Amino acid sequence: MPNSNLRPPTINVTPEEYKQMTEKISPKPTLVKNTIMAFLVGGFICSIGQMIINFYVMYLGLAQASAQIAGTATLILVGALLTGLGVYDEVVKVGGAGAIVPVTGFANSMVSPALEFKREGYVFGVGGKLFTVAGPILVYGIVSSIIVGIVSVLLK
Amino acid sequence: MYNYVIPAFIIGGLICVAGQLLMDLTKANITPAHVLVSFVTAGVILGGLGLYQPLVKIGGAGATVPLTGFGYTLAKGAMEGASSNGLLGALSGGIQAAAVGIAAAILFGYLVAVVFNPKG
Repeated sequence: MPNSNLRPPTINVTPEEYKQMTEKISPKPTLVKNTIMAFLVGGFICSIGQMIINFYVMYLGLAQASAQIAGTATLILVGALLTGLGVYDEVVKVGGAGAIVPVTGFANSMVSPALEFKREGYVFGVGGKLFTVAGPILVYGIVSSIIVGIVSVLLK
Repeated sequence: MYNYVIPAFIIGGLICVAGQLLMDLTKANITPAHVLVSFVTAGVILGGLGLYQPLVKIGGAGATVPLTGFGYTLAKGAMEGASSNGLLGALSGGIQAAAVGIAAAILFGYLVAVVFNPKG
């Protein structure tokens, strides 16, 4: 009987007690911390975006609307670069939705899978995986905006 | 140079908090992709109802940098297209308004994915 060599359990706990014990030592709910970090990181990225827009208005003489578009494009470039350098994934770990929701996170959601699946080639790897997350975003954004446009035609 | 920076911080931060709560408080597995898709759609709907414009006025980049701002741009373009070109404008206006953002994301995303290599 090989099983007779097994050591008997050294602590007497019921599954219920065990559950309570693990709950006691596992990390506390991080809801408050996550919320604060999302606010700080998200706010920080948006205020950087505002400073870029202000810079384009003041020093390049762009109109407000163009500066805003150029600012968004700049943030996309920064988000893509930081993802390539492996920095942005760390920002996401710290900031959660604060790093995901801004347009830099959109850039991250494109570059990250494209890099990961690069070995599958330049067509299905890079070209395809760029749209793993961006695809659904564009589909839902564009379809719903066309509906908004059609409704506004009908209401006219 | 520092115009709107504080409002941008506050409004942008609050929009991101909404995303964080969406991920933390819902039981179902809400991934970042789900958050981004719902934020774009929310931006389109709020933009269509005229409720997002005030947020842009108050928060500047705080309202345009989060992905809800991308949805707002799409909706605004579609409505402007609709009012000048009817149904054709409703189809083209959104993508036209968001064209720079979409093109930049594809171009920079592609270039970075080609130049850099995955870690590890």
